[in-house]
Amino acid sequence: MNKKLTIGVGVIVVLLVFGYFAFGGLGRSLVYFWTPTELLAEGDGAYGTSVRLGGMVVPGTVEWNAESRELRFALADEDGTTIDVFNAGIPPQMFLEAAERREPIGAVVEGTLTREGTFRATNLMVKHSEEYRAPQHSGDKTQYYRELFEEQGATDGS
Amino acid sequence: MTSTLGYISVYGALLLSVVGAVVGYFAIKPGDEGRARFARRAAYGVFGLATLGLAVMVYALVAHDFSVQYVAQVGSRSTPLFYTVISLWSSLEGSILFWGWIVAFYMAAVAYVYRDRYKELMPAVNATMLAVNAFFWLLLAWPANPFVAVFPVPADGPGPNPLLQNHPFMGLHPPLLYLGYVGMAVPFAFGIAALVTGRVGGEWIRAVRRWVMAPWIFLTAGIVAGAWWSYEVLGWGGYWAWDPVENASFLPWLTATAFLHSIMVQERRQTLKTWNILLVIATFLLTLFGTFLTRSGILASVHAFTEGLIGPFFLGFIALVLIVSLALVAWRSDDLKSDPALDSLASRETAFLLNNLLFVAFTFTVLLGTMYPLIAEAFRGVKVSVGAPYFNQMSVPIALALIFLTGVGPALPWRRGSPELLKKKFIVPTIATLVAGLIFFAVGVRSFLTWLTLVLAVFATGLIFGEFIQPVRARIKAHGESSGSALKSVIGKNRRRYGGYIVHLGIVVMAVGIALSATYRQEVEITLQPGEAAAFAGYTLRLDSLYAGREPHRDFVEAALSVGKGERLSTVMRPRMNYYPMSQNPIGTPSVRSRPTEDFYLSLAAYAQNGATATVAVIVNPMVVWIWIGGGIATLGALFAISTVGAVVERRRSGAAEVRTGPAKAGVGGAD
Repeated sequence: MNKKLTIGVGVIVVLLVFGYFAFGGLGRSLVYFWTPTELLAEGDGAYGTSVRLGGMVVPGTVEWNAESRELRFALADEDGTTIDVFNAGIPPQMFLEAAERREPIGAVVEGTLTREGTFRATNLMVKHSEEYRAPQHSGDKTQYYRELFEEQGATDGS
Repeated sequence: MTSTLGYISVYGALLLSVVGAVVGYFAIKPGDEGRARFARRAAYGVFGLATLGLAVMVYALVAHDFSVQYVAQVGSRSTPLFYTVISLWSSLEGSILFWGWIVAFYMAAVAYVYRDRYKELMPAVNATMLAVNAFFWLLLAWPANPFVAVFPVPADGPGPNPLLQNHPFMGLHPPLLYLGYVGMAVPFAFGIAALVTGRVGGEWIRAVRRWVMAPWIFLTAGIVAGAWWSYEVLGWGGYWAWDPVENASFLPWLTATAFLHSIMVQERRQTLKTWNILLVIATFLLTLFGTFLTRSGILASVHAFTEGLIGPFFLGFIALVLIVSLALVAWRSDDLKSDPALDSLASRETAFLLNNLLFVAFTFTVLLGTMYPLIAEAFRGVKVSVGAPYFNQMSVPIALALIFLTGVGPALPWRRGSPELLKKKFIVPTIATLVAGLIFFAVGVRSFLTWLTLVLAVFATGLIFGEFIQPVRARIKAHGESSGSALKSVIGKNRRRYGGYIVHLGIVVMAVGIALSATYRQEVEITLQPGEAAAFAGYTLRLDSLYAGREPHRDFVEAALSVGKGERLSTVMRPRMNYYPMSQNPIGTPSVRSRPTEDFYLSLAAYAQNGATATVAVIVNPMVVWIWIGGGIATLGALFAISTVGAVVERRRSGAAEVRTGPAKAGVGGAD
């Protein structure tokens, strides 16, 4: 009986320690997802914490310098609040293509808001659109990569 | 016409599984042969109807019959045949149909294999499987009906999800995963049957062993194939991101693995009865939960799933299974009582108990991290995600402890280990481990966790090899055999045990691959003009050309790069981006050159519209191959463990002899 009790107590202690670490670790690695309005509403609490900021890229604001690899753009939400984003790194192809067409595109950036009011991002994700469109004719000349076809001559298959 | 045939199969399967389940439960009292036979035949019948439904759907896909709604959603005339066939599981309704077919297949298989055995358990097993089938055929008849007709009939469709048609692995990974996932319904049915009939002893454990092993093998292979797929397609050079979808496949694997170990304790010591029942119930619930996560749209937003019926259906079924199972466990609690299993701390029982504790802790960790965002959004209205750091921090220590046990567990004897025996088994591996630890430090392994992983891997490998070497030596001594034939007879005589050890070795190999690739990965993004070269991590790469091309179902932009170790450019690699007509988002196909020591991974990240520059992500990933190889070893080891074709015949013979002398030995399938 005593043995059983010891084992039981041991198990409970282990579970408590484990639970403490699990919930503690969870608390530290939570990343909140905010819109520009929500982020600015946080006030002082918004500075310095790592968050995900989601919104639409404002068409015409994208500046991409391939040489220095600097990317700047403005991210807006439905309420019209915008935040300037500075991102070090190469944006996904889809992002560049939308910027080229001056189309709005959904984006999520991960990083922190600086005191200057710029959002310094370490990571940029384009929002996956799961919506399917009716198939276009594949000879569409608005394609971003059309010049690569024209220069090389379309090669079929590979 | 196609639609009608599909409806017939779905409604027929639903009706027959409901009737069969009801009749089956009334046959649980032993001796009611007629009803038991009816339930068994209902199982075959449902499988027949399910096969008809599946065949109709595959035919409709291949024939581009766009009058069927599912085909109109995922089909396209330009999609290659292979991807047309596998688009069966590219979207909700088709994948539920595939689920339904597999669960019907398992039901028919177990009903057939045990048609003359386990007379008391089988009616309840069949009835439970029929009830599970009824749920899925209800889904297919109503909220996820793939055979709904469309009018007017469209001339063409958009084709399947681009991610699905981008890599042939999509033909392998989902079916493996489904076979693993759905197969866990069988052990659940046995657990319920044990509770319902009150036969909670060793019988159901013996009957169920292979029916857990088979789905476990599929699930293991499916998870590894999924990781490999994401490595080959997603372009970030990783294979596991603690994504909810990945976690969903991992959770039942954890509890099923715990169950595979804990049933051995019940077989040997007639204990842990309640625990084993709870583990199969948990495993089945986790497969339902995983399907719910991936199929209800809840991951996009907590509120999305209420828009469809699928989510509420699944939640309702999960709640029903949970309540009924726990009520049965409570009802049978007197029969489930067993003696404590521990005689001594240095015993295999202790290793098994620790193993189970760790697996359950692992499950809880992953479940908490996966569910927390859903709970936070539902109750607090905040969108939040749990980062990979949480999962890594929690799982690495647990995984390391498990690696330790993969070696120590097999080396510990049942009940009580004598100090002499332990010394004999542990001394050589311990010395080897100490030496290896110094060597790893000397060659520059400075990350403590990586060092510890390698050291534990050496320790575990040494102990497992010992389990092979010692009996072989004993045999050579006793029979004067050659080492080859001694090894063959040692392993061949106990495939289950040695198959298990091979699985352990595979897991150790995987752990080494994971640790080294995570620690020593190097990556950079390089922008090059055609003709320009760059060097990175001892490699040279030169952009030769950037061009666009066209295939029937997609356009692509491809970069050709000459690559080589050092100065010499030896191979050409072609990472590309694919443009599917229905998706704006280009889907990449990275180019990977695998070597036993390291992978060289190129992914086309971006390019200039006029072709002036291309940006490639260059990743040098050491030892990644060993993750796939380790997964392969584990799968093969598990296959070996259940490959008792020859052994069954042998046991039947010896079993027949034993009946006269005493109670029959615990045979593999119970030849009684």
